[in-house]
Amino acid sequence: MIVFTPYSALLGGVLIGLSACVLMWSIGRIAGISGIAAGALSTSGSERSWRLSFLAGLILGAGICIHALGIEWTPRIDFPTWLVIIAGVLVGFGTRLGSGCTSGHGICGISRLSKRSIVATVVFMGTGMATVFLVRHVAGLGT
Amino acid sequence: MRSSISALFAGGLFGAGLVVSQMADPLKVLAFLDVAGKWDPSLMFVMGGGLFTAFVGYKLILRRSAPLFADGFSVPTNQVIDARLILGASLFGIGWGLAGYCPGPAIAATVTLGSEPLLFVLAMTGGFVAHDLVSKTWTS
Repeated sequence: MIVFTPYSALLGGVLIGLSACVLMWSIGRIAGISGIAAGALSTSGSERSWRLSFLAGLILGAGICIHALGIEWTPRIDFPTWLVIIAGVLVGFGTRLGSGCTSGHGICGISRLSKRSIVATVVFMGTGMATVFLVRHVAGLGT
Repeated sequence: MRSSISALFAGGLFGAGLVVSQMADPLKVLAFLDVAGKWDPSLMFVMGGGLFTAFVGYKLILRRSAPLFADGFSVPTNQVIDARLILGASLFGIGWGLAGYCPGPAIAATVTLGSEPLLFVLAMTGGFVAHDLVSKTWTS
């Protein structure tokens, strides 16, 4: 059931913002997940360790929350595997080419009033919405 | 050590935020991107909460001379809006609109051991590698 949830959305957003603050305050880094994840692969030594720690924390934090809140995940079953793969490759390639994603550009970049991030965010929001429109309302696929 | 613990804690907050806001649920995200359908504005509130917090926090934090456990702040200085940025953001947006996953939520969702997020993260990793290979070719 998709229902407008302003309070939990705001709270979740604040937690994400706090995460960015903690990372900047402690080790001076941007909490952009595409950069952290891709960097965890391509770097080594201390550059890699903080990234791996962050990702481990992300998964742990998510897991603890799901358990604590008793969330039952209902995974969608009708979504084609090949589409998941194409989507994943596009997200991986695109976030590297564009130097960021919803956290890196959308939250960390815009909050620093970065013009690059504002433009990037407008573009990926726009193409995201256009894609959903085409998939759901033109092609009539999936919910 | 202190860097790793700080990063771990920051990651934990992030993961918790993704679950609490339901951003780790692709259907919730797609409901925001589905402007022509049953529109759910929740993601805007997530962004709003995050932006406000980071805006205030960064203003205070970046006044300091250095972070607690590092020599300096690694903040991007590039201001150029170029084709790479626009193309990259476009490709990302398309991928995001297709599956409803962006990097953080997909990684967080792998904790459910669902085949979808696991496959997505694998494919996304492929995308990372593909980009690095291609950009090495372009610049060599």
